[in-house]
Order: sequence, then C-alpha cells, then structure tokens
Amino acid sequence: MQHLSQKCLGVCWTFARLRAVRQLSSKVPPKPTWEKVDFDALPKVPEVDLALVEQLERISLVEFNNETGLEWLRSSVKSANRLHVVDTEGVEPLDNVLEDRELWLCEDQVTEGNCTEQVLLNALKTEEQYFVAPPGNVPLKKRDKQHLKLGLQEDEDSS
Amino acid sequence: MRAVVLLSLFIHARSEWQSVIGLEIHAQIQSRSKLFSRAGTSYGASTNSQVSHFDAALPGTLPVLNRRCVEAGVLTALALGCDINMVSKFDRKHYFYADLPAGYQITQQRQPLAVNGQVTYVYQCSRTSRVERRSARLIQLQLEQDSGKSLHDSEQRLSLIDLNRAGVGLMEIVTAPDFCGGDDAASFVRDLRDVLVSIGTCDGKMAEGSLRVDANISVNRPGEEFGVRTEVKNLNSVKSMRAAINYEIERQIQILDTGGTVVNETRSFDLDTGETVAMRDKEKVLDYRFMPEPNLPPLVLYSQRESVPLSLPSSQRPNVVVLEEVQGQMKELPEDRRKRLETRYGVSLINSVILVRAELDELFETLVTSHGCDPGSASHVVRNNYNAFLDERKLTWRDSPIETSVLAEIVRLYHEGKVSGSAVSVLLSEKTLDGQLSVSEVIERHNLWMLRDTSVIEAAVTDVFSRNPKMIKAYKKGKVNQLDVLAAKVMKKLEGKADSRLVLTMVSERLKD
Repeated sequence: MQHLSQKCLGVCWTFARLRAVRQLSSKVPPKPTWEKVDFDALPKVPEVDLALVEQLERISLVEFNNETGLEWLRSSVKSANRLHVVDTEGVEPLDNVLEDRELWLCEDQVTEGNCTEQVLLNALKTEEQYFVAPPGNVPLKKRDKQHLKLGLQEDEDSS
Repeated sequence: MRAVVLLSLFIHARSEWQSVIGLEIHAQIQSRSKLFSRAGTSYGASTNSQVSHFDAALPGTLPVLNRRCVEAGVLTALALGCDINMVSKFDRKHYFYADLPAGYQITQQRQPLAVNGQVTYVYQCSRTSRVERRSARLIQLQLEQDSGKSLHDSEQRLSLIDLNRAGVGLMEIVTAPDFCGGDDAASFVRDLRDVLVSIGTCDGKMAEGSLRVDANISVNRPGEEFGVRTEVKNLNSVKSMRAAINYEIERQIQILDTGGTVVNETRSFDLDTGETVAMRDKEKVLDYRFMPEPNLPPLVLYSQRESVPLSLPSSQRPNVVVLEEVQGQMKELPEDRRKRLETRYGVSLINSVILVRAELDELFETLVTSHGCDPGSASHVVRNNYNAFLDERKLTWRDSPIETSVLAEIVRLYHEGKVSGSAVSVLLSEKTLDGQLSVSEVIERHNLWMLRDTSVIEAAVTDVFSRNPKMIKAYKKGKVNQLDVLAAKVMKKLEGKADSRLVLTMVSERLKD
C-alpha cells in the first residue's frame, strides 16, 4: 500500500514538473510552423560519380545503380542539406536520450543459448548446424604465380 | 640464396630506413557469458549452440552489459597503467559481413573505458642474446563484441557461419606506434599476454584465437614523417606476428627503393609462404559510419562503494563496478615479480624473464629462502633443467613428482660441483622412475657423480684431438670458435659428467701446445 502511494506521488511529481517545463519553455511553439528553405543558399549537392555510387552501394547494401536510383540519392542529399539551417550554436550534442541515466549491469551467468534449431529457423540455407552465406573477404592470392614459374622454366630451357 | 639476398637487403636497408609499428590487440575476456547476452563462451562448443536471440540479431532484442566484462576491462586497464574514464560510452561500427549478424559491432570509439597507458616490457632479440627493458605507450582500452567465425569453402563458393563467438567480450588494446620491428612487437605482446593471464582477464591462448593482433606497419627515412602504413590483420601466434612484420617491412622498403609507392591497405599473413597478401574486400578504406549506440546509456563507474548514489534502485546497487573493489582483485604483476628476483636475489634479467614466464619464480624463492639454496645455482637448475623436465611432462611444479626438498638437495649437489648440469637432467628423470631411492642412491646407481679424476678428462681430450686434426688446424689458423666445438665433443665423450668450465680450460690449454 505504502509502495503504491509512493508511486502515485512520483507520478504527480513528474506531472507537475512536466507542466512547469511546458510553461517555462518558450522553445516549443504552440502551433507547428513551416519555414521556407532557400536551397540556393545551402551547400551544393556534390557531383555523384560511379566510384562514389559503388562505394555507397558497398557500405549500405542498397543498389541504386540506375538513373532513378541516382536521382533518389541526389534528392536525399539535398533534403539532408536543410539541416544546415538549424542553429546549433552553444548546444551540446545529444547522443542518447538516456544520457542522464546510467547503464545497468548483469550478473555473469549463462542463462541463454542452447537453441540452435530455433536460431537456425531464420536461415534460408543451413549445413550441419552452420548458416550458409556467400563467400566473404577471402585473401587475394597471387593467382598468376604458377604461370610465372612456367614462363621462367621455358626461358631456362631455351637458353 | 634467397635468404642471403634478403639478409643483405635487411642490413643494407637498416642504415637508410626506419620502421614504425603500432598494434591493436584483441583479447577475449575470460567470462562465463557474453558481453551483452547470457549465452555461454566455451571454446569448441557445438556449432551455433552458444547463440542467444540477441547474438543472432533477432529484431526486438536488446543488449544487457555483463558486469564481469566491465570489471575485467577495468582490472586490465589498472594493470597497464591506464587512466580510467569514470563515464564511458558505446558506439556502433557498421560493416556488412556474414559473421556479424546485426550489421554493426558495438564498441567504444568516442569515450572508451580507459586511455593513456604505459607498459614496461622486456625486449628479447631473436638473433642475438640482447635483452633489455623497454616501454610502450597505450592509447586506449575499449570493450567491444567479437564477431562469429566463418569457414570458407572456395570450391563450393560459400561460407559456413558459426555464431558461437559472436558477441563474446573483447578488450581492444591500442598502442602508440612505439615499436621498431618484429622482435620488438613480439616481445611486447608476450609480456602483455603474461599480464592478462596473471590477472585472469584473458586466457591468452593465441592458438584458440583468445588473443589476436593487428599490426600497423610503415617505413620512413630517419628524421622524416611516418610513411604510408599497411595493416596486417589477425596474427594469432607470436611467431607469425614476428615473421609478418619483418616481411612487411622488407616488402615496403623494396617498393620504395624501386621508386614505387606503398598503398594503404589491409593485408593478411600466410604462415606457409611467409608472405603478406592483400585482402579482397578491404582494398578501400571502409566507412564504418560510427554512431552512438542508442540502446545503451553511458557506463558509469564509482571510485568507492560509498559514492554509489542512493537514487540507484536497490536491485542494481550490488551490480555497479567500484574501482576500489576491482583494485582489490589485483595480483602481483610479472614485471614486479621480475624486479624482485633481480634486486633481492641478483638473478639476471633473462633468467628472471624465463622463471616468471614459466611460473617458476615462487618455487625459486622457496628454494632460496626455505631451503637455503644458492640463488645462482637455483636459478640455473630451475631455469635449464627443471623447466624442461616439467615441460616434457606437461606438469606445473605444484604437481611435480619431484618434491621441493629433493630439488633443493639436487641444487646443493650442483652448487658444490658434485653433479654437472647435464647430469642434473638425467638425475631428475631417474629419480622420478625410482621414487623410493634417495638422491645419492640414484646418482650412485647411474654413475652420475661429477668426474673428479682429471686424468680421465685428459684422456678424453687426447682422444678427441686425435680424431679431429682438421679442427685443430682451423683453430690455429684463427677459427677461434673451434674451441667451443672441441670442448663440446669432450663433454659428450664424458657423457656430460664433467665440469664444463674445467673441460674448456683443459681444451684451451692443450690447444696452446
């Protein structure tokens, strides 16, 4: 019972604080506003060449190697450029909405795992409890080595 | 032939180029469960059996940080003389790879657990007997997730993925570019490994991948700026690390000497060919698109138990990491143990390195303090004979069949010149076989007493000299190293039962005739 009333108090307090913040804060406008952005004043959308497209495709796993895709990319960059209008002078960057909380830690005990079948249910292709994936970054061996050796031998023979 | 060319290049190159190496060491944290999930971490478990839903990156799962991993990171940072960040943060590092199911790794880029360390290590040259203390700076120590493992089947053109390792806690230790070659970097990693093992934060098993090293290597002319660097990834033995770094230095010098330019790239090392090879997927510098990890608030540490705020829920209060308590788990570090052997007992640096690495320093101290052995003889017998004896039988001195008092007796006999160094090795094995016999009975039975009769040694010298006239001629022409070869032959003839110094003097006397 006591616990409950404490909780109630907590809720009331949060409410009160919220109201206070609302009243004091002039940063949140009462009505939504819309400002026209002058795109000409913003940095230009950079030239998009093939090398850049390939690099972007590689790191995003999104394919846009055609005209529509490129147009989409240009308009995305243009749209994002609007962020330049936002005045961040003297505002500390916020990287986490939970940054005034602290991380909770957990005891080091094994309580999960041993569910191979379940985990593999998701996979398109499996082999002996392994996930099967396309080949990844395999070291680039000198493939022409054998060829080179043959060439050398021929030279020796002819001399 | 090739070796000769390489060697001459090496010597030639040394005078014109200097090499600079920085290391990134990934050490798996010894913990029961993973960094952010409660799946197990045992090595060699059945494929994909230690995978939680979070490790498989199923939507809706969230990371929960393992306290043990944080404590291990803090303990390691303290042992390496780092400054601990009382608040540290987690970030996402993105790349697409089949053994990284989430498409990103949770790591600590902007505000790692610890920064600015300093480590004293013992440099050991692999070609000469040069040994000296050196110091290296650490840039940071961060917590991060390990990736899964891929098995590549090039014939079928596919990769097999095992996620058992995915999400295991790693400490990434980044050093400043403070190393100058393969031996230097290898010496550092060996010492670092000893530190981690002695404080129990990593098992140090390089062959099982518990400790992996990436090396950043560049060469430049003295007085000029650092050159373009290449990164050799996933070096998982001290041997391949040394070989890969030395190969890469030579490769870069050859490129630059022939007017080429070194490309900034990632390479891997092939122990069979002894060469480094460019890796296909990582030719270009990757854009990792680092961003703050939105699911994890900052990690807060406390200096003392009393400073834990009361506002923290009581369920969470026992789980916070308190620096003072972690410091209490600290063990005596290898460097302190080495220093003690040197200053208190006058042991040489190289002997103290070997004794501490083999975990025989405590035995050595017991022999000297409780059994009154001479420190010089004790370190000699323990380092040379006893270390090999235990190694062959894969034993530690605590479960050795030779009791410490028996070993002390052997050390005393060696010190008094009653048995030779090589006889001690025989004595150790024979004593193990005939446990009932006393040390002197074993010596008696196998005739291991040191040869006192100089006429026997004289006879052996005469015999060796008559059989090797060429070597004597060579010696007289100035090949002085023949002296050691001849002395070794005499020792062998005497079955190692003579005082090696006495034999050496007698051989050198005879050579003067």
